[in-house]
Amino acid sequence: MSEPQTVADRTVLDEATRLRIYELMLSMRALEKRAYDLFLQNLVKGTTHLGLGQEAVAAGFGAAMRADDYTFATYRGHNHAVARGTELEPILAELCGRATGINSGKGGSMHITDVAHGMMGSYAIIGAHLPIAAGAAWSAQYRGTGQVAVCFFGDGTTNIGAFHEALNFAVIWKLPVVFVCENNLYMEYTPIASVTAVANPAADRASAYGLDPIIVDGNDADAVYWVAAAAVARARGGHGPSLIEAKTYRHSGHSRADPAKYRPSEEVDAWMARDPIDLYRLRLLGLGVSEDRLVAIEGEVGVTIDAATEAVKVAPFPGVEKLDTELWADGGSSWRR
Amino acid sequence: MAEMTYRDAVAAAIAQEMRRDPAVVFIGEDVAAAGGVFKATVGLFDEFGPGRVRDAPISEQAILGATMGAAMTGLRPIAEIMFSDFFAVCWDLVVNEMAKTRYMTDGQVSLPLVIRSANGGGARFGAQHSQSVENWAMAVPGLKVVAPSNPADVKGLLAAAIRDPDPVLFFEQKSLYPVKGEVPDGELVDKLGTAKVLREGTDVTIVALALMVPRALEAAERLAVDGVSATVVDLRCLVPLDVTTVLREVAKTGRLVTVEENPRLLGWGAEVASIVAHEAFWDLDGPIVRITTPHIPLPAAEGLEDLAIPSVDRIVAEVTQALD
Repeated sequence: MSEPQTVADRTVLDEATRLRIYELMLSMRALEKRAYDLFLQNLVKGTTHLGLGQEAVAAGFGAAMRADDYTFATYRGHNHAVARGTELEPILAELCGRATGINSGKGGSMHITDVAHGMMGSYAIIGAHLPIAAGAAWSAQYRGTGQVAVCFFGDGTTNIGAFHEALNFAVIWKLPVVFVCENNLYMEYTPIASVTAVANPAADRASAYGLDPIIVDGNDADAVYWVAAAAVARARGGHGPSLIEAKTYRHSGHSRADPAKYRPSEEVDAWMARDPIDLYRLRLLGLGVSEDRLVAIEGEVGVTIDAATEAVKVAPFPGVEKLDTELWADGGSSWRR
Repeated sequence: MAEMTYRDAVAAAIAQEMRRDPAVVFIGEDVAAAGGVFKATVGLFDEFGPGRVRDAPISEQAILGATMGAAMTGLRPIAEIMFSDFFAVCWDLVVNEMAKTRYMTDGQVSLPLVIRSANGGGARFGAQHSQSVENWAMAVPGLKVVAPSNPADVKGLLAAAIRDPDPVLFFEQKSLYPVKGEVPDGELVDKLGTAKVLREGTDVTIVALALMVPRALEAAERLAVDGVSATVVDLRCLVPLDVTTVLREVAKTGRLVTVEENPRLLGWGAEVASIVAHEAFWDLDGPIVRITTPHIPLPAAEGLEDLAIPSVDRIVAEVTQALD
């Protein structure tokens, strides 16, 4: 097996793209922190799986994708919706079960979907959306549109059958799909290394499907961008799928019920010191972007999330008439004639 | 009119729709060059080529995932799950993904797709290749469920399923594949959710589905010799369920007997019986009777399998006893 790649071709990334990536990551961070706050206020119900700390993967890909490309995400999918351009307010409203939610309150935190922005869904059964993403890629290939499907999933997914079925299928049909494993080191509450036969749960499986093993620093948004751009270009060019493993870390537990006490404090400290947003801010400053410019962007994101929060707090709940709508394409839910 | 087998009607329906709409594609195991293990898709690969009729690996989750992903992005895919028993290895895609996604996204995602599958017993294949699982599908909100009993219905209902904007599970009873019947010439598109009254009687209404329909009809012939006049309703679809036709025909005879191939508990006949008991109680002249396969896996040996699946003899005997 060849050595894992760490970073693809590093040509100069323009400032506008970098600032876009920074703004995306800030928006994701602001949304997830606000979701946590609103959960404590009992405004967010059910559960939430926050993507705090994993922003660079979603943002790097978001910046590298075409507007009509497809995203498929998991229940930890808020970042990926933001990366495609979904506004913060309809996401937050969905978490709070409001009629103004992106799914009209019928999906919830784990099913954020925004088809108008190419966000084809957040899927909460591990593995299921890998073959679905392959199907969207099949459709793009058949229709000749040049669209690419990008499918994000966690390290735990590499141990379920659908992962392997989808990879084999995508390779034999040479589908324009990019599979992105966000390896945050834990399968829910269990260290992924303790339940996986190989050290790199995605990359070490790539050769079984004739794919190159690709590992990227998932906390470095530029590195993610380059790998993403290369994989998306390969897919769009008709050269088939890629499997990418992005090493990252979640700042919080698996879900809101999990304080994540099973993680050694040295490990947490080391990863917190590599916060992708802090790292990126330092890089931008080092590249000569002014502090004022960054502060301005940070201020805008703060205004946006505060405005979204106020709007969501007064937004209506779904009316009873929504209960039995949109089971079928005729808008209804009748099972009898 | 042309005489056609049940299996040839499958290929005829798919060909009719593929000629009409380039968005229709077909995927399954051994379905392309080989024409299907039941030879129900012979000729499609030759006519439409490898771009539209595609062989897949033995990866049912990949097949159904690909089907769903294609359907949500502009195609009208048809998938084949070779034996309906295999739904058990890919049921997540059907139940958690296809059935729920339109509702969960409040209509953002449409899934115009069909999953065809060889269902039911009578072929001595044993318990893992003979189940009738249409009632599994019926239990899941968001799935339309079709199970035709004859070649004309196969062609017309499969065409309707392909044109339908929602996920449809299309159950082909594998013992019926060689059965011949008259199929109208030219384009044929039926309507989902419509039962058919195949025989009108005055004493009892027998409601049946798929392989149980020809058995119910034969039983009705024999009952007539004994002076019992039976109506036979072919339900054809479980979702949407044509309650109107069932209630109307039960009102005429005052008696309801359902004939189901599925095992006893929670078979579709239980739902039909419940509806009739609730909505047509005062039309009934006696208890509703359900004839089903016992609550067992299907045995392979022909003598045992024939004992398990409702037979013409059993239908005649149970109807006669009920009317005594």
